[in-house]
Amino acid sequence: MRAVITVIGKDNVGILAKVSNVCAEYNANVMDVTQSVLQDMFAMIMMVDISQMNADFVVLGEKLNELGKSLNLSIHTMHQDIFNSMHRI
Amino acid sequence: MINVYDILETIRMIQDECLDIRTITMGISLLDCIDSDIDKACEKVYNKITSKAKDLVKTGERIEKEYGIPIIHKRIAVTPIAMISAACTEKNPVKFAVALQKAADTCGVNFIGGYSALVQKGFSAGDIELINSIPEALAVTSNICSSVNVGSSKTGINMDAVAMMGKIIKQSAERTADNQCIGPAKLVVFCNAPEDNPFMAGAFHGTGEPDCVINVGVSGPGVVRAAIEKHPDASIDQIADIIKKTAFKITRMGQLVGSKASELLGVPFGIVDLSLAPTPAVGDSVAHILEGIGLESCGTHGTTAALALLNDAVKKGGVMASSNVGGLSGAFIPVSEDAGMIDAVNNGALCLEKLEAMTAVCSVGLDMIVVPGDITAETISAIIADEAAIGMVNNKTTAVRLIPAIGKNVGDTLEFGGLLGSGPVMNINRKSPAKFISRGGRIPAPMHSIKN
Repeated sequence: MRAVITVIGKDNVGILAKVSNVCAEYNANVMDVTQSVLQDMFAMIMMVDISQMNADFVVLGEKLNELGKSLNLSIHTMHQDIFNSMHRI
Repeated sequence: MINVYDILETIRMIQDECLDIRTITMGISLLDCIDSDIDKACEKVYNKITSKAKDLVKTGERIEKEYGIPIIHKRIAVTPIAMISAACTEKNPVKFAVALQKAADTCGVNFIGGYSALVQKGFSAGDIELINSIPEALAVTSNICSSVNVGSSKTGINMDAVAMMGKIIKQSAERTADNQCIGPAKLVVFCNAPEDNPFMAGAFHGTGEPDCVINVGVSGPGVVRAAIEKHPDASIDQIADIIKKTAFKITRMGQLVGSKASELLGVPFGIVDLSLAPTPAVGDSVAHILEGIGLESCGTHGTTAALALLNDAVKKGGVMASSNVGGLSGAFIPVSEDAGMIDAVNNGALCLEKLEAMTAVCSVGLDMIVVPGDITAETISAIIADEAAIGMVNNKTTAVRLIPAIGKNVGDTLEFGGLLGSGPVMNINRKSPAKFISRGGRIPAPMHSIKN
């Protein structure tokens, strides 16, 4: 089971570190990261394994949402099934 | 590996283009709640609904968080109450409406549908009492929806019921005149009513359905409009293709959410209703899709053709995305709930007659239309009869949800608030159909009903 975390907002020092930290706290293993900075806009897509998590998946989403608010970034945590069902036949 | 572009597309659809799951509706059969003692029956109804649907809202909220997709409504549809109240010795079906309201409050759902009667061929025990009680039931409750099926392609149209419903709609508006005439906004008159429709106000749980079932209604006019706007020079076939692809994606999400909800609740998954349901929010309008296809304003010449194209493409795209399709399935054109439709009425491009033509090619009928308060009951009945005839002859569902604005006239507006929006009072034809309506009886079923 995997989830996709997307982070969009103004670039800043330590975004990747802070997001990965929250993932580590809940034992969600980071599998893959794609990130780009265009002018000063930061966009990151992170794929995490949520099968070994030590808390409910919803809690991870809520924590990352709070983090996003404190850093003024938009962070979405979504189960990969939604992307698979929408974009794969 | 999921493509970055796909991920961002999904997020954009949800964030900027108002993509959402419009409703998860739990259908619950009340047939095992029948009792000759009305108070006992009401208690059984309350207990059954609150035990079956106790986790409905919680589960919906969990799925919202897990997939990051908003689920706007969690609702319940029940067996038509006329069937349950028929067995009671005390003929006061409003007691059931009150019990349903209590159950809605306990479960936290925003509507329970099924204060209904199916009278397409005639009235059976309980039907007349229930229909007569609708104005009171809708005035004393806030979250109960009512519907009456007055015709079908197999049976014809019950003109006695049509005549009754004109009066009931008028009375219902009068009883709620101090509250924006909200009563009839919760009342639908159907021809060919579907038994698995998850959308209000017309949802009820048909007798052929399982004991408990989950049905899902999707939405997404904003996504379709945005997709069309990206292709300003596309030909009509290309537009149809774009709509199909978008509808596929929207419906797949509905299928996913429905199967997840069914798994978490331990209730069988019924159908996905392939629908484009607008809201008054900016960018969430079906009228704006039609304008995106190339009309200056919704309602002008060409609107019916553009809507036919849209409705058909939505179905074609959606059917492959879902294992079972049902309900109303198609584009909805409720006037007060669609910012583009409201503008079109206000700028004079959209009239009642054009809306009637549009209903011949899309999924529902004359929906959320505000008419002058001095409209006669006979005229309302005649509008219902016209609309039912379109449904009967074309083998499709049609419905009428008219709101007589008591004390108001063309130029005024009713403000319902929330997703019901606001409706400008529309002009009606003042010539009298009274003699036609007063004849009573039944319009015989059309020739093509004899298929066996």
